[in-house]
Amino acid sequence: MTHKTIKVGSLSRVEGEGALTVHARDGRVTGMELRIYEPPRFFEALLRGRSHTEPPDITARICGICPVAYQMSACQAVEAACGIEVSGPLRDLRLLLYYGEWIESHTLHIYLLHAPDFLGYESGVAMAADHRDLVEHGLALKKAGNELVAAIGGRPIHPVNVKVGGFYRVPTRAELAPVAERLRHARDIARETVSWVAGFDFPDVDHDYTFLALRHPDEYAILSGSIATSTGEAFAVEEWPAHVTEAQVPYSTALHARLDGEIGYLVGPMARYSLNSAQLCESARQAAADAGLGADCRNPFRSIIVRAVEVLHACEKALRIIESYTEPETPAIPFEYRATTGHGASEAPRGTLYHRYRVDIDGSIAEADIVPPTAQNQARMETDLLQLVEPRLHLPTDELAALCERAIRNYDPCISCSAHFLDLHVDAQ
Amino acid sequence: MSTPSRTVVIGCGNASRGDDAAGLEVVRLLRGSLPPSVATEETSGDATELIDAWAGADLAIVIDAVCSGAAPGTVHRRIDLVSGDSFRGSSHSLGLAEAVGLGEALGRMPGTLIVFGIEGGDFSIGAPLSAPVWSAVQDVAGTLSADLR
Repeated sequence: MTHKTIKVGSLSRVEGEGALTVHARDGRVTGMELRIYEPPRFFEALLRGRSHTEPPDITARICGICPVAYQMSACQAVEAACGIEVSGPLRDLRLLLYYGEWIESHTLHIYLLHAPDFLGYESGVAMAADHRDLVEHGLALKKAGNELVAAIGGRPIHPVNVKVGGFYRVPTRAELAPVAERLRHARDIARETVSWVAGFDFPDVDHDYTFLALRHPDEYAILSGSIATSTGEAFAVEEWPAHVTEAQVPYSTALHARLDGEIGYLVGPMARYSLNSAQLCESARQAAADAGLGADCRNPFRSIIVRAVEVLHACEKALRIIESYTEPETPAIPFEYRATTGHGASEAPRGTLYHRYRVDIDGSIAEADIVPPTAQNQARMETDLLQLVEPRLHLPTDELAALCERAIRNYDPCISCSAHFLDLHVDAQ
Repeated sequence: MSTPSRTVVIGCGNASRGDDAAGLEVVRLLRGSLPPSVATEETSGDATELIDAWAGADLAIVIDAVCSGAAPGTVHRRIDLVSGDSFRGSSHSLGLAEAVGLGEALGRMPGTLIVFGIEGGDFSIGAPLSAPVWSAVQDVAGTLSADLR
């Protein structure tokens, strides 16, 4: 057997760096390992013994791109354990914070990470040289998200103002006025962004996905809801452990999430859109229709359009909340801990993020379980890669690696803390 | 060095990744010891944050952790970054090199950019700064504090 190891550089333009190993023999892929996001495992251990008030701050450090998602899922899990529910203007502020993060994260992916694939550039930087105005638009849109997060969370990155039960302090109407002004401009850019990305040339792909996302009776679910799937399943967040399990698969060393025993379901923008698009605000629904999105989206390359639609929705909804905002009477609702288990889930930019905490009799965390979206999508990504690589094993390794990177970027995975280089190993006999 | 009228000192890093916090720690040490005209910023090292952080500055000094194979705590002084360089030593994927590329493409570079790299050894999640890196952090902060008076 000849063994060939080819280093093709880092897995560029995904959040962080990753590694992919493909083993092939006699023209067949015999093994595959996509090394991705494991830090939550470490944080689960770190949380044990800490106070029940600490998970929002501690888990926010798991991801530099989506700290709000970790804070919101953590807060809701602890609040469920304590028997409280944040509602009214405090919930609206949490929505605002979350919309800000969606705008930040999606815009970065659209403009600097994903669009270069469609326009033939090797990076967002290379694209910026030829499309300065376009990239400036993207940066202005992202900045609107940063400012929204800073206005509610205290800082644009790693917000410090969130606590179990609400916030440490709440903004005044006057403080939100300049944020609204920037958001109005951002909304226009977001609308143009949908039109722009809809004009890209998309490979004709149609996957038979099983989607999973939160569903909320009153809104395009982002902050809370119950679980819905494209197979018609519906269950409360508390029932997550009974439906979602992790198991080993033959061709990969990573644990793969299973939904009711079935491997390879998908969370994220395509899942949210396909399950909940009727609940998008009118302008986002119209933009989606004009962009040619149907009732669902099963082409991962077109996920860039869905992200753009979600950015428009986030701008629109954030503006409406600010317009009707009245300061809550208190920045947080009081609570007392209970020695029980709480579950929480929210829609991180990359998909459903589930947290579970068991609070001990002394108020400390006895057990923590965090299931991030990228780990859930890992099996589906590997399936895509398998189908992509096997018929193309004859291609030069660098060409194959570039194709793999593009396929992975479609899912905007967060692999911040994984290995530093993409090593595409091809074992050929 | 003489301190230009608009100077910013920017620390990059992830406070939860051991020695990756070196740049942040330099900035934290410097606070309170710099003239009021010198701004300080802490960032994750994201390219879009960086070009905002140095917007309008005559002089921007960036301190980041690197991993080049040198001994932990080694200070790489005044790294010359040019557009298109891959600053692979940084643990941030769309980081300093991309910020320089993006800044140049968009005409958003500071008048002068000076980069200090502090060689890290342990980037484990939750780890504290290692002893040699902490020593280097103090060294760089001391140098900058004296230079920027």
